[in-house]
Amino acid sequence: MAPQASQAPRPATTDPAILRNFCIIAHIDHGKSTLADRMLQATGVLTPREMKAQYLDRMDIERERGITIKSQAVRMPWEVDGTSYALNMIDTPGHVDFTYEVSRSLDACEGALLLVDAAQGIEAQTLANLYLAMESDLVIIPVLNKIDLPAAQPDKYAEEIANLIGGEPEDVLRVSGKTGEGVEELLDRIVREIPAPEGDADAPARAMIFDSVYDSYRGVVTYVRVVDGKLNPRQRIAMMSTGAEHELLEIGVISPEPKATDGLGVGEVGYLITGVKDVRQSRVGDTVTDGKKPADEPLGGYEDPKPMVFSGLFPIDGSDYPVLRDALDKLKLNDAALMYEPETSGALGFGFRCGFLGLLHLEIVRERLEREFNLDLISTAPNVIYDVVAEDGSSMRVTSPSEFPEGKLETIAEPMVAITIIAPSEFVGAIMELCQSRRGQIGGMDYLSQERVELRYRLPLAEIVFDFFDQLKSKTRGYASLDWKLDGQQESDLVKVDILLQGARVDAFSAITHRDKAYAYGTSMASKLKELIPRQQFEVPIQAAIGSRIIARENIRAIRKDVLSKCYGGDISRKRKLLEKQKEGKKRMKTIGRVDVPQEAFVAALSSSEETKDKAKK
Amino acid sequence: MSPAQPTGDPAPRDGRLPASVLEGADGRSLSLYVHVPYCSVRCGYCDFNTYAKEDFGDDVGRLTYVRDALAELRFAEKVLKESGLPARPLHSAFFGGGTPTRIPTDDLVRILGTAIEIFGLEPGAEVTTEANPDSVEREDLVALKEAGFTRVSFGMQSAVPRVLEVLERTHEPANVPKVVGWAREIGLEVSVDLISGAPGETLDEWQTSVEAAISYRPDHISAYSLIVEPGTKLAAQIARGVHTPVDDDQQADMYLLASRLFEEAGYGWYEVSNWAASVEKRSAHNLAYWHNQDWWGIGPGAHSHVNGTRWWNVKHPVPYAQRLRDRSSPAAAREILDEDTRYMEDVMLAARIRDGLPLNRLRAEGRDRTPWLAQQGLIDPQALNDDVVRLTLEGRLLGDAVVRELTA
Repeated sequence: MAPQASQAPRPATTDPAILRNFCIIAHIDHGKSTLADRMLQATGVLTPREMKAQYLDRMDIERERGITIKSQAVRMPWEVDGTSYALNMIDTPGHVDFTYEVSRSLDACEGALLLVDAAQGIEAQTLANLYLAMESDLVIIPVLNKIDLPAAQPDKYAEEIANLIGGEPEDVLRVSGKTGEGVEELLDRIVREIPAPEGDADAPARAMIFDSVYDSYRGVVTYVRVVDGKLNPRQRIAMMSTGAEHELLEIGVISPEPKATDGLGVGEVGYLITGVKDVRQSRVGDTVTDGKKPADEPLGGYEDPKPMVFSGLFPIDGSDYPVLRDALDKLKLNDAALMYEPETSGALGFGFRCGFLGLLHLEIVRERLEREFNLDLISTAPNVIYDVVAEDGSSMRVTSPSEFPEGKLETIAEPMVAITIIAPSEFVGAIMELCQSRRGQIGGMDYLSQERVELRYRLPLAEIVFDFFDQLKSKTRGYASLDWKLDGQQESDLVKVDILLQGARVDAFSAITHRDKAYAYGTSMASKLKELIPRQQFEVPIQAAIGSRIIARENIRAIRKDVLSKCYGGDISRKRKLLEKQKEGKKRMKTIGRVDVPQEAFVAALSSSEETKDKAKK
Repeated sequence: MSPAQPTGDPAPRDGRLPASVLEGADGRSLSLYVHVPYCSVRCGYCDFNTYAKEDFGDDVGRLTYVRDALAELRFAEKVLKESGLPARPLHSAFFGGGTPTRIPTDDLVRILGTAIEIFGLEPGAEVTTEANPDSVEREDLVALKEAGFTRVSFGMQSAVPRVLEVLERTHEPANVPKVVGWAREIGLEVSVDLISGAPGETLDEWQTSVEAAISYRPDHISAYSLIVEPGTKLAAQIARGVHTPVDDDQQADMYLLASRLFEEAGYGWYEVSNWAASVEKRSAHNLAYWHNQDWWGIGPGAHSHVNGTRWWNVKHPVPYAQRLRDRSSPAAAREILDEDTRYMEDVMLAARIRDGLPLNRLRAEGRDRTPWLAQQGLIDPQALNDDVVRLTLEGRLLGDAVVRELTA
């Protein structure tokens, strides 16, 4: 076993030959952060006293959910055969919503650890990221984690992994992030198997941004991998996508806290601080170059983040609108993919239409708004982008049901996704049923082993944005894993279903759905609202309509008695206070036409029943 | 008196009222309420401040109630005078509970006698006591009449034994016509109370009770919808599934039925839950509340009101007695209403009675809502033409909603 490095290589002057850049590909819960912690300990970067479980996941939400949203990079020294090496571990996000960020992190590396739970086997997202890594020609080191678990089946899953990436089952390393077993051997293998980075030290500087984080004290902290040349302190740098120039206020490496260095050379990984305040000025995937002597070509692979899922966010208390606006402005500093613009809803008042990379991104943003800014929010049902062509040939892009044009339409195209599901084979029937009910077309099915199946489907993105993953989990007792990627557009027979209260349309409940599902949406919404809206002084018809055609109807009967018949022997105060309380309650309701709808009705009607059940379980 | 008392500001120990009570005092009448917090048993639905226990020790109990009530009368005399209010004879007096007739008749006579001695009575003043049809004797009624009582209100509740059982009322239905008969012979005005909507009560059973009440030809009938108050035995029974919950739609049907039968029998409504055989037989004491007049409430938990200042006594008989024995106010708390609150109360109280709320007492926002309320059939369009807001039959059932609309 190799000892800790006696003399750590100095950043900025490190020979690329002793650098090793790698990331860890793993499914949520497969123990990536725990293993990372062990490596920090084994290399002496972190003393046991400094250990805080899952050191690399900084945000509370990440720690609570046990998932990594934002990647970080840590430099660790390690000695093999008398040579000191510098290992850069780049932590990657683990969720499909952040595939683009994952791909950038992978591009910053020469190798990847494929980390798989020895009790669970490989999962769909891991598989997707593994393919990404293989496409980028990364050297893969397969690792089975949690071998200390009684339920671990390392032999079985080693075989599965060997089938996927080639090689022998014996090549699969077995470690335990919990006990530390196998960690030193793993570090040795990283040094031996992962190639050193290559680059032209004399060329104009080029460094790829693989992460960008807003810190309230230091402004934006940008994580880069230097490909060519060298970046120096106080240098003027330029962003190649925009040409914007900044001065380098600080440059350094993380080990595990930021340490300023004399610069970063070829193959090195570290951070930059330029004083910019918005991560949009320092975008993931962009190339950093020398401002005075810029490179001719940027590094490949840069894309603007594209929101795929849209939802309206409205404060429950209308007076919180400015707070919501400021909160979004703040979150935006740290989230280049978050888009929003003001939206006005007749039912919900002032709010924002927000664009997200996916559902998890939506949930995280919503949760941060509620937790960090103390906001109570209503979010409308998520929807996707539709391309609509009217009969007169004019076309438009629809990101919210309220934009859906009236009248005859020539075509409507919706975004499609290709999904991959990995699950135990006993659930194949249930999964197929679910996918078919979501307008899915099967693309293929492969047995990874006797008990595990990979299913591929193509279906509309709109069908998975609401509760697909919850449904999949419940139909497979939690065993299925899902990955998806965009797969073009498809024309579909889509309609907008409106919900009317006493003849008045409630924009918050309008939805764009497939014609075959419009009736089901209309009936379920109407009957939900019947339960949720209190009886009023008059009868309230609830209707679901496509255009002017009514497809479902419910009635809330008029309330017939609303009077306290006794005055409690002169206790007028009590009676008055009761009335005042009722009046307060009315103030907290939204009035649509003359119908008073409690906030809870919006919240409950807009959340899926599965989701509600799920929350109740927690 | 409910177990849940309102929250208010601390009440001064000397009971002194703020100067604001003086304004317009000459134009307001003064009434007296006497709360007797004793019953032989506690009914399942009741959340009034009453006790089946007779003796709390420390010389506090059913038989010594009179001493503390007399002490509070003297205290009231002193406070009203020292606060600068003019001497006013009583417009009405009402002995309620609890069961006033649980304390010795002599004690009721003494309390009324002392009140008359202190305040005097307006000519023709109405003096009522509540009575339980089971426990009152003819000679008690005679003695009360001689002492100056003019009216008796019997807690009939229902004529159907099964319903009385659910309500845990102990009386024999046949006793009601007997006691009503005695009272009439003696020359007392008579009122009976009914409660609609006990769990399981059918519309037919309710009709039986209403028709029975009418057949006794009382001068006045009150018909209240059962309210299941939190913390009562009945609420617990409903929660456990022993009884079905009260159905507001059925309550509405019962109200409409009762209202029709009363009107057909010549009883006119004058307040949401009250009907009288003629304008003269309307309860003056009841109306004093709705007209927002002044009254002093004697007894544990009793509420009082003098021109925008409301206060309520401590609930339990022991601290109540101790405070009076220490010559300090038995008030638990009070509230001095601000202008908006007084407005809210004015609308809330006046809207409930047949006389209605003169349009000029409504603020502009409230007046603006009246045409819509009339269009909805909740207030009477003809009365509105005469600048009065008066509830229609449907409007009475939705009275609180109308008040919220008018004061929104």
